[in-house]
Amino acid sequence: MSRQHRYTSHEVTAARVGRPSGRTLKNELAGPNPNICYLGYVKMGNVSYLPILVLLLGAVGFAVAPLALAWLWAKKFSPAKPGRSKNAVYECGLEASDDAWVQFKPGYYLYAILFLVFDVEIVFLLPFATALTGFGIGECLALLSFLFLLIAGLAWAYQKKVLTWT
Amino acid sequence: MDEALKNELSKQGIFATTLQDLYNWGRRSSLWPLNFGLACCAIEMIATTMARYDLARFGAEVFRPSPRQADLMIVAGTITKKMAPQVVRLYNQMPEPKYVISMGACAISGGPFKQGYNVLKGIDRYIPVDIYIPGCPPRPEALIEGFMALQKKIDEQQLTGENRPRHLNADEPSEFPIPTFGPHDLQPPRNRDVWHPPLVNITTIGRDDAGTT
Repeated sequence: MSRQHRYTSHEVTAARVGRPSGRTLKNELAGPNPNICYLGYVKMGNVSYLPILVLLLGAVGFAVAPLALAWLWAKKFSPAKPGRSKNAVYECGLEASDDAWVQFKPGYYLYAILFLVFDVEIVFLLPFATALTGFGIGECLALLSFLFLLIAGLAWAYQKKVLTWT
Repeated sequence: MDEALKNELSKQGIFATTLQDLYNWGRRSSLWPLNFGLACCAIEMIATTMARYDLARFGAEVFRPSPRQADLMIVAGTITKKMAPQVVRLYNQMPEPKYVISMGACAISGGPFKQGYNVLKGIDRYIPVDIYIPGCPPRPEALIEGFMALQKKIDEQQLTGENRPRHLNADEPSEFPIPTFGPHDLQPPRNRDVWHPPLVNITTIGRDDAGTT
């Protein structure tokens, strides 16, 4: 009998209550290999999630253990030494002149958005140009409508005078 | 742990160590330098990290662009008086344990520009320096030797007791006063807690070095 055999619930129940059956749990525990205990394999039902649990514990341990060790180490050996410039904002050795939370012109953001028009165009036009050999009227129309959608966005931005840097 | 016993055990295939050795081994094998250069010594420092000299063999290839992640400050080059406050502030912003290598004649003493009005006469006037590497500029081999000397120094440090290093001693400061760039000189011109001017014994003038004749 192969070790991969999974007991049906009927067989497990039969083994628990000691009902005679062709293939009982008792028989299996006695043999064929007495060094292997099949009990956990059978009794826990679907145990295929067990490795995931073990890995999860390992992952959490790996994440927590260094932090805990560092914390313990700091408690035992190295004293904390905070200071004014150590806690200050790092600006290449210069003293921070101002708050970092300042307002930027929205022009930068609009330029970034408009750049996407050309970016997406390139991404899709290149496969169109290279991959499609049989280029019919249907594909051409699809491509043109796609281009129209992108260019409409650009035209809208132009109409709103976004392209003039103020 | 007894050294002879440790050797005997390692012959039997048993590796024994102490917490202190393990700690020192970890620190000296992962010294991350701060990524900044001041003058021509920096070119030699860059060459040291490249394939021919390969500082990565010693665990120091990761030059960090932020002092928050750096352990070692290689002061490579001439420190002008305008730059000195920034260097000291960067040192202050590094977390403990931190080490300083003073690389080249300029960083040690001002070098060929010692008499100049605008050059700091050695970074050790403001921050404690662990290793001095003479040269103008020192070759990459010299920097590697200085680096190995620092590793040896770390290896011998004690975790506890009177001789423990600065970063394990709560009474020793981690930050040092940052000088300001004044109209004539840096204010103050030196940190008296860090820098002790070399004493010249005038009774030995006219005699040889040992002062015997």
